Amino acid sequence: MSEFLQHLVNTLVLGGTYALLGIGLTLIFGIMNVVNFTHGVLYTFGAYVMFIVVHQLGLNFFLALPVAVVAGWILGAVIELTLLRPLRGSDIDTTMLVMIGAWIAMQSGALWIWGGVAKSVATPFPEAPLVLGPVSVSWLRLFVLAAAGLLIVVTYLLINRTRLGCAMRATFQDEDTASLMGVNVDLIYTSTFAIGSSLAAAAGALLGPVYVISPQMGDLAAVKAFAIVILGGLGNITGAVIGGFILALAEELGAGYVSSGYRDAMGFLIIIAVLIFKPTGLFARSERIG
Amino acid sequence: MRSVVTILTIAAFASVPLWLRDPYLMNALITTGIFIIAAMSLNLLLGFTGQLSLGHVAFFGIGAYVSALTSLGFDVGLPGGFRVVHDPWPPFAGFVLAIIISGLCGYFVGRLSFRVRGAYFVIVTISFAEVVRLVALNWVELTQGPLALTNIPPMALSLPGFGELALHTKLQNYYLVLVVAVAAYLLITRLVRSHFGRAMRGLMANETLAVSVGIDVTKTLTLAAVISAGIAGAAGSLYAHYIRIIDPEVFAFINTVTMVIMVITGGKGSLAGTIIGGLVFGLMPIVLRPIMAPEAQWIAYGGVLIAILFVLPRGIVPSLTQRLSRPHGKTAAVGRVAFAEHSAKEHA
Repeated sequence: MSEFLQHLVNTLVLGGTYALLGIGLTLIFGIMNVVNFTHGVLYTFGAYVMFIVVHQLGLNFFLALPVAVVAGWILGAVIELTLLRPLRGSDIDTTMLVMIGAWIAMQSGALWIWGGVAKSVATPFPEAPLVLGPVSVSWLRLFVLAAAGLLIVVTYLLINRTRLGCAMRATFQDEDTASLMGVNVDLIYTSTFAIGSSLAAAAGALLGPVYVISPQMGDLAAVKAFAIVILGGLGNITGAVIGGFILALAEELGAGYVSSGYRDAMGFLIIIAVLIFKPTGLFARSERIG
Repeated sequence: MRSVVTILTIAAFASVPLWLRDPYLMNALITTGIFIIAAMSLNLLLGFTGQLSLGHVAFFGIGAYVSALTSLGFDVGLPGGFRVVHDPWPPFAGFVLAIIISGLCGYFVGRLSFRVRGAYFVIVTISFAEVVRLVALNWVELTQGPLALTNIPPMALSLPGFGELALHTKLQNYYLVLVVAVAAYLLITRLVRSHFGRAMRGLMANETLAVSVGIDVTKTLTLAAVISAGIAGAAGSLYAHYIRIIDPEVFAFINTVTMVIMVITGGKGSLAGTIIGGLVFGLMPIVLRPIMAPEAQWIAYGGVLIAILFVLPRGIVPSLTQRLSRPHGKTAAVGRVAFAEHSAKEHA
């Protein structure tokens, strides 16, 4: 029983960052209809920004998270403006292949700049975990959970309570009508991609110190994000949050009770099962976003 | 005219070993040829049915593992106390089994994943390939996991009256790959010019319309998937017996991307294009190697893929043939794209 409780605690911590990854991708996928293969690279990028700020610039650990969010926002906006805006209106396969090209180039760039050796980030948290009865959780992981929760709430409010969010939801429902009502659709697309990218970078900056940082760390993260988006339904933020926790639970239980080698297979199995049995996602409200 | 060009091209490829003696270049040509076979099979799906499968490496890898395990033999325990013991068979039996089993996998994956379209189809196929990779990595008793299957025998042909002829040299393997590539080319060409080929292109242009005139979608797509997977399995078998060592990295997503790049560069729906695109990307490392670090090479690949999609979105061969045959063909192409977009919207 205590083992199961420990799995639940781990699920909570992991699920928070998965939810961040999923929200970013579901916004881009849902609003722009772009299968964003650079999402994993942005995750890697966020982790390396964390590393640079803490170790090469010698700045505070807590300052590194907002820096990573801003850096992810800028990189996302640059990708959108240079690669996606010129291809507006082309079919989904073309933009997907362009995103694959960008992913290969950027990941190889990370490998070139930072080398293949995994790096770890020093944190200001004590080594000894917080012990609550039968379960223990490290302070770092608690911070990750809290920060992820904060970012999820901010994103939710941004989408549901601001003019920008309102315009984003309108664009998701009907691009042409939104454009007729005076919404600057180009700006919405760039903002959406930048916000989604900054959330991926934030997830990387949060999970990077928990594990180690390497140029390939984003590959699995990207696939997991796709699994979460498919679980939660396209453009559904609440669905992405729930999907993130379901994926984390499946991985924890799969690793704990089946075989740790198949931990990463859970995301793929979920994708296959959901798309075959319920292709609209578990919480489908395909006409709405938010 | 067409068959004259085909015969001349085959003759040109067959003459390469006569004037090219460098073993490094021969090796590059053989592996490129194997990837071109796999890329042609991907083109059958991508170029003629319009389905972008990004899990194609799964069939290539399954073919490699099936062929290697058939010729090496294995002894594995199954749940329930059963044991499966297999004594080594000749490599050619492995080649045949690789085609059959990859084709069967293509059937099952096709039946499952053709329920969804577009981005979802892409993600299902990626997931399938990754699950297979994780199985290859973790089922150590069968596959040796990351330790790799080693000492795979070279491909051997049994000729009546001559006994077994094992293909050890690069020259022999070059001609083997060439023969299989020509066979795959002819098979796919025949298929796409047949009744099924027209059904496939009809589906690609407008699925709703195709269904309304009586084309059986599932049957057509599944047939394409089975043949495509079988050819990819054959390529995987050639790869296993040529390289003679395989590990789960054969399932790496980057291998699928390599095949996709070859198809897109040459042009979707053009087998000649796949050969040209395959030669360009297969031999590019040889040109780039002296001047660039390996990571920089991959940056260049990504950049070239993006550049081709921006500059020649339909690929080298279709763009060139259009430019040569119809100087004023631009309006017609725009009309066709507009129609495709329209039908895509209708479908969505």
